[in-house]
Amino acid sequence: MQIFTCPFCGPRSETEFHFVGDFPKPRPDGMAKVSAEMWSDYLHNQNNPKGAASELWMHMACHEIFRMDRHTVTHEVTGSYALSSEAQS
Amino acid sequence: MMKKYSALTLFKEGLNNQKGWVPAWRTARPKSRYDVVVIGGGGHGLATAYYLAKNHGITNVALIEKGWIGGGNTGRNTSIVRSNYFYPESAQLYDLALRLYEGLSKDLNYNIMLSQRGMLHLAHSPAEMEIAARTVNAMQINGIDAELCDVEKVRSLVPDYNFSPNARYPVYGGVLQPRGGNARHDAVAWGYARAADNLGVDIIQNCEVQGFIIENGVCHGVKTSLGDIRADRTGMAVAGHSSVLGAMAGFRLPINSYALQACVSEPVKPSLDCVILSPATGTYVSQSDKGEMIIGGGLDRISSYGQRGNLPMLETVIAGLMEMFPSYRQLKLMRQWAGIVDVVPDSSPIIGESPLPGLFLNCGWGTGGFKAIPAGGTLLAHLLATGKHHDISRPFDLDRFTRGRMIDEGGASGIAH
Amino acid sequence: MTAYRVATGGLVDRSKTIRFTFDGKTVEAVEGDTIASALLASGVSIVARSFKYHRPRGVWGAGVEEPNAIVDVSGPVSLTNARATTVLARNGMIVCSVNAAPTAVSDRNAFIDRFARFIPAAFYYKTFMFPTWSLFEPSIRKMAGLGTIVPEGAAVPAADQVNVGCDVLVVGAGPAGLLAALRAAETGCKVILCDDGFAVGGSLLHRSCSIDGMDGRSWADETVARLHALGASVLTRTTAFGIYDHGLVALSQLDAVNGRDRLWRVRPGKVILATGAIERSLPFANNDRPGVMLAEAGLAYLKRYGVAPGRKVVVATNNSVGKATADELSALGISVTLVDSRNGSEIATVNGAKHVESVTLSDGSTITCDAVLVSGGFTPTLHLYCQAKGKLTWDETLQTFVAGAPVPGISVAGAAAACFDIALVVDSVRLALSQCEIDAGNTPASALSLPAFDISPAWPKAGQSGRVWIDLQNDVTAKDIELAARENFVSVEHLKRYTTLGMATDQGKTSNLAGIALMASLTDRSIPEVGTTTYRPPFTPVPFTSLSGARQETMLNPPRRLALEEVHRAMGARLMEYGGWIRPSHYGEGPMEEAAQREALAARESVAIFDGSPLGKIEVVGPQAAELLDFVFYNSMSSLKPGRCRYGLILSESGLVYDDGVVIRVDENRFIVSCSSSHVAGVHTMLESWRQDRFSTDKVFIHNATTAYATVTLSGPKSKAVLEAAGLVIDDATLAHMTTSEVSLGDLAVRVTRVSFTGDRSYEVSVRADQAERLWQLLSESGKPFGIAPIGMEALLILRAEKGYIVIGKDTDGTTLPMDLGMNGPLKSKRVEFSGNRSLLTAEATRPDRPNFIGLEVMDDGGPFAPGAHGIEMTEGRLRSLGYITSSYHSPTLNKPIALALIERGYSRIGDIIEVQHLGARRRARICAPCVFDPEGDRLNG
Repeated sequence: MQIFTCPFCGPRSETEFHFVGDFPKPRPDGMAKVSAEMWSDYLHNQNNPKGAASELWMHMACHEIFRMDRHTVTHEVTGSYALSSEAQS
Repeated sequence: MMKKYSALTLFKEGLNNQKGWVPAWRTARPKSRYDVVVIGGGGHGLATAYYLAKNHGITNVALIEKGWIGGGNTGRNTSIVRSNYFYPESAQLYDLALRLYEGLSKDLNYNIMLSQRGMLHLAHSPAEMEIAARTVNAMQINGIDAELCDVEKVRSLVPDYNFSPNARYPVYGGVLQPRGGNARHDAVAWGYARAADNLGVDIIQNCEVQGFIIENGVCHGVKTSLGDIRADRTGMAVAGHSSVLGAMAGFRLPINSYALQACVSEPVKPSLDCVILSPATGTYVSQSDKGEMIIGGGLDRISSYGQRGNLPMLETVIAGLMEMFPSYRQLKLMRQWAGIVDVVPDSSPIIGESPLPGLFLNCGWGTGGFKAIPAGGTLLAHLLATGKHHDISRPFDLDRFTRGRMIDEGGASGIAH
Repeated sequence: MTAYRVATGGLVDRSKTIRFTFDGKTVEAVEGDTIASALLASGVSIVARSFKYHRPRGVWGAGVEEPNAIVDVSGPVSLTNARATTVLARNGMIVCSVNAAPTAVSDRNAFIDRFARFIPAAFYYKTFMFPTWSLFEPSIRKMAGLGTIVPEGAAVPAADQVNVGCDVLVVGAGPAGLLAALRAAETGCKVILCDDGFAVGGSLLHRSCSIDGMDGRSWADETVARLHALGASVLTRTTAFGIYDHGLVALSQLDAVNGRDRLWRVRPGKVILATGAIERSLPFANNDRPGVMLAEAGLAYLKRYGVAPGRKVVVATNNSVGKATADELSALGISVTLVDSRNGSEIATVNGAKHVESVTLSDGSTITCDAVLVSGGFTPTLHLYCQAKGKLTWDETLQTFVAGAPVPGISVAGAAAACFDIALVVDSVRLALSQCEIDAGNTPASALSLPAFDISPAWPKAGQSGRVWIDLQNDVTAKDIELAARENFVSVEHLKRYTTLGMATDQGKTSNLAGIALMASLTDRSIPEVGTTTYRPPFTPVPFTSLSGARQETMLNPPRRLALEEVHRAMGARLMEYGGWIRPSHYGEGPMEEAAQREALAARESVAIFDGSPLGKIEVVGPQAAELLDFVFYNSMSSLKPGRCRYGLILSESGLVYDDGVVIRVDENRFIVSCSSSHVAGVHTMLESWRQDRFSTDKVFIHNATTAYATVTLSGPKSKAVLEAAGLVIDDATLAHMTTSEVSLGDLAVRVTRVSFTGDRSYEVSVRADQAERLWQLLSESGKPFGIAPIGMEALLILRAEKGYIVIGKDTDGTTLPMDLGMNGPLKSKRVEFSGNRSLLTAEATRPDRPNFIGLEVMDDGGPFAPGAHGIEMTEGRLRSLGYITSSYHSPTLNKPIALALIERGYSRIGDIIEVQHLGARRRARICAPCVFDPEGDRLNG
C-alpha cells in the first residue's frame, strides 16, 4: 500500500486518492476552433513516462487537487504540492 | 529442421533417453538488415512473426525481445480465452482469435492446451440480467456462441458458488460463452516461437530497443543493445511499454500503464470447471489443469511500470473470491504477481500505422491481450506485409480517437476487456 | 513410546498422549509433536506421493521448506494442503495424504512412475493434440491437484487484520534475530520480532551452543523475557510473507487452536532480516526415497521432538555444518556414518524400493542404513530482500547467492547474511544494526562453538546415472533440466516454466539452486549468469481468509442504507440494491412484477409516497456558482431564475452523457444539483475538478449534502390534497411545476420542490435526515383518506417509462451523446464553454446513423418485449444489430406493453416497422415516440 501526502491532510493511504491527469494539462477552449487532433491529444494522449512523473491527484477525503511527483517504477514519491489558489477565472 | 511432436516421437525419445530432441528455436544473432523487424517477444510479437512467414511468405524477419520470450504479459496473465463482445468490430476481432486458437495446436504442432470449458459472466440483479440479455443477443447476432443462463443453469455450472440468501451479491443468472476457457500461456509463446523459427524467423532475445532509425521522417529499423537493425517495416507489440517506445519514436499514445495483478492458490483437486467472473466483486477465477485456482481482478488504482503485486488490490480480489466461493476459504495464496498493461480510454486495442511512418502498432490490449494473440499477430502481420489494414483491424486504427469512433465495450455491455 | 521416539529430550511432553489418524490408521503422538514428527516417531515412512510420478515420499524437512509432506486435515481443524511439518498434532485429527488413493502407502497411481521415461518435463506440449486436447484433459485434471476442497467443510473463521507501526521489525527469532531485536529494543526502539516457528530460538532449538554462559535455548528464553520487559512484541507462528510498496511488510500469523488467523500490516522504520538459511539436498540417484531428509531437519526432530531420524543413519554432506550435524547426532547416541564429499566420499545411489535400505557410494561400497541425512550447503533466505528489489550476488566460497548492495531500510543478519557459523552472528547483527542506523553500542562478542564454514561444490552433473531429483514435489529430475537445455529453454525463467522447477507449493525453497547450477554447467555459464527467478510474495502460502479479513456479506462493499429503512421494513417493503443503496423494490407479498403494477396504478389514480432520499443534493454556492454549472452542465443554468428548477445533462469531456438531473436555483448564488443517486460521488468529483481547474476557488464552493437530507416524494393527482391535509397550503401560482420553496410543515422545516419523474403532479419534500421518519409518518397519515400508497423503485421505473423519461445507465450506455436523446438545443445555442463540447463535433458525433432514443410498440399479443432484445436487419446477407431495447414493461395505465430503445436513425424512422430478436426468436415492432402517456403534459398540473 502506497502512502501519498496530501498537502492539506498529510500522509494517507493510496486508497484515498484519485488520479486526475498529467500535470500540466491545459484544456483547449474554443469549440470548432480547436482541431480534432488538438482535442484528441488533450482528451486521450498521455505522457505515461516510465520513471519520473508529474501528475494531478485528488484527495477524495478533502477533494483538493494537488500536484504529485513520483517515480512510476519504484513508486517513490518525491513531492506533493498544493496548486495556486489563484484561478484563471 | 523442426522435429515433429507426437505421441510417437515422445515414445521413441523415451526409449532414446530424450537425446534426440532439438532446440525449440535457434539462438539467433541479429543481421544488419531484415525485411521486417518485430519488436516484442510476447505472444503478439511471436504470432506476428509467424504469420508474416506463414501467411505472407516473408521469412527475412527479426523478432527482438529485451528479455526472454513470453516474459511479459504473455507469461503473466490468467490465460483466459473468450470472444464474448458486444460490438461487431470486437466480435470479429476476438472471434478471429478464438477460431485461430481452436486450430492452433495442430497448426503449430504444439499443444497449447486449449480448454474450452466455458466462460461464465454473472449477473447479480434484474438490471444486470437485462444487460446480460443485451449481450447474449448481440453475440448471437454477431455469430458468436452465447447462452443466457438462469440461476439454475449457473448452479449446474458452478455448484460450489455462494447461493446463500446472505450472499452480498445474489445470483440472477449470467452470460455463458461455451467456447470460452483457458489456454496454456507459455505454450502459446513457445509454440509460435518454434514454428516461426522453423520458417526462418530470427528470434533474438536479450536485445533491447534503444531507439529508432528515422530517415526523412520514416522509420527504417531500430537501434538496439546489439547494434542497429535496419528493416523496411517495423512492428511493435510491447504491451505495457508502448508509451516508452512511442516516446523514442517521437509520439504520445492514448495509453496509461497500469499493473494488473493475478495470483494462484495452492493446487487442489478439480473443483471448478469453467471460468467465472463476478462483475460485482470484480474477481474472476478458473482452475488450471494443475489444480491451482488462477485468480484475477481489477487494475491497480495507481498507474505504474513496477511489475509487482500490491496488497490493497490483492485483498479486494480475494475478499471477492471468498464471497463467491465460501469453501475456497480453505485455500491459501501460493504466488502473486503483476503485469503492466496498456490502458486505453475505450479499452479496445490499437492496431495500425503509428504517427511515425514505417512503424506499425499492436498495443492497447488492456487487461485482455492474451485471448487476442492469434488475431493480433495475423492483423499486424497483414499490416507489415501489405502496408494496409485488414478489414478486421481497420476500426482499431489510432485514427478512431480523432474521429471519436471509440469501440467501448465496457460502456456498451459492462463486460470488461 | 513409539518406534523412533527416544526416551528423553526434546520440547515435547511425553506424559500427554495425542491420537490422530493418518490415512485411516491411528498414530500416537505426544503433546508438542507436529504431524510430521508424530509420523516419524511412529515409523510412518511414506507420507505422500509426488505430484507427477506418484513416487513414495517421506518427510523431508522440519519447517516451511517442506516439499513432500503435504496433507489434508479435518476434525478439530480443517486444513487443505497443510505442511505436516508446521501443524501441531491434536487429538481427533483426521490426516490424509494428498495426491494418493486410497493411501500414500498403497497408491493405485504408483504405476505411473514406471512410465516416467515417456513423460519427461513438458511432455504434454508434444502430444495430446489428436484428435483434441479436450479428449485427454478431463482425466489429466483428475490426476492433478494436491488436497481437496470440502464444499461442506467446517467454516473457516474470518481473520483479524491489524495495522501497526514500529521502529524495527526483526524477521526471524533465531540467534541473530533475537540478538538484533534485543539490541534495538535496548536503544528504545519499538520492536516487533516475528518467527514462523512454534517457539523462538530458530537453530538454538536444535544446535548445541552456549551464549553468555547459557545454553542456547535458555538464552533464547531469557532474551524473550527481556524483550517483553522492554515492550517489544514477539510473535511466533508469524511469517513475514511479503514486502510491498513504501515499506509495508505483511505478516501472516496462524492460530493453531482456533484457526482464527491474523494479517499484520506493519509499517516498520527499519527491517532486519534474520531469516536464516535453508539447507539443500545432494545430487545422488534416488535422493527422493523416504528416509532421505535434510540433515538439519534430522537433528531438529531429535532435539525438538525426541524423534530419532533412524536407527542407523548416514549423513551425507559437502560442508562443515553438515559434519557438525553428524557429530551432534553421534554425540546424542545415534549410529552415524559420515559421507563427506570433502573427503572424496559421495553417495552414488540410495537403495530400497519404498524406504532407504542402504546407500552405494561412488567407490562402489555399500552402507546399510535406514535414514540418509543430506546437507548440500545452505541458501540464505532472502525472499523479502529480493522482493524489495535487493540484488543477489554469488559467493563462490560459500557456494550460494548472498545479499548484494544493501536496500535502504533493510539489513540482513545471521545465516541470512551467510553467517552460517554462530560465532559470526554477533558481528553480523552489529553490522545489520549499524546499516539500519541503530546505535547499539559496542556489544561484546559472545560464545562460539562451531568452526568456520567450509564447503566444496556438489551440484548435479550432466549425464549422471540414475534418477537424481531436483524438485521433489513437482518431480523435476536432473534429466529434465538437461532436456530443457537441449531444447534451448536456457533462460532461468524458461527453465522454471518448462520443467516446473520451483513452481510447487514450496516454491523451490530447497531445490531451485541445484537446478540453476545444473543449467549453468550444461550451458557453459556461471551460476550467477543463469541467475535466479523473480522472488514474489508470499514467502509461504497465506490463508485466503487472512487477506479477505472481515469483508464478507454486507461487510464487503457495504451498501448504503436509507434513514427510513426500518419504516419501510415495517410497511412490508422488499429491499434490493439500486446504485449502491438498499431501497424498497416494492411493498407487500406476491411477485415483484405484480406489486409494481399495482403500485404504479395507485400512483396514477390517486397518490403515491416514495422515498427519494438517495437522490443527489450537491450544493454549489458562491458568485461563480452559475458559471461553474454552465460549464459542467450541457444545458444553460445561469439563465435559471431563483426559485426555479431545470433539467439538464452532464457530459464527460468525451461528450458522453454522464448523468442527468434537476438543478434547483435556491437563490442568486446557491444551487442544488439533484444528480442520480448512483452518481453523486462522481458528479461531486467532476464539479470539484472543474471548480479547481477553471474557477476562483474562493468564489464558488461545493458541498455534498446528499445524506444530510431525506427526500419524500408525493406523486399523483391527489398529491396536492395530501400536502394540504398535512398543513401546507401553497397554490400553484406560488409553487408551480419546476419551482422550489422552503416552508414549514408543522414544526418541520422542509424544502418542497415540484419536479416530476412520473408525469403526474409531484412534490419532493426534503427534510433533515434525522427528521425523516416524522415527515414520512405525517405525509402517510395525511394521505390515508386519499388512499395513499407507498411505491418502490420498480413501480417508479414503470411510471417514468410511460413518460419516456430516461434512466442513466439503463436507457443510455457508455456511448450515448445528448443528440441521441434528442437534445440538440444547447449545442446549437450555448455560447460558453462546457464539458465535452468539442467532442460533440467529431465525425462520430455528427454521423447521420447514430442511435436514437425512441419507443417501440408491440405488434402482436406476445406481451412486453424482453429488455435487451435487439432491433435487427439483414445487410449484405449478414444479420446486423440496429440497437437494443433498454426498458420494457407492461404499462398498467395504458394496459399494454411499452418499450424504450436506442435504435439506429430512430428519429427518422418513427412509424417504421422493424424486427426485434431475443434469444433467436423474432417479433415485429413499430417505432414510436418514447412518451406514450400524456404527451401534452397536462397531468403535471392535474
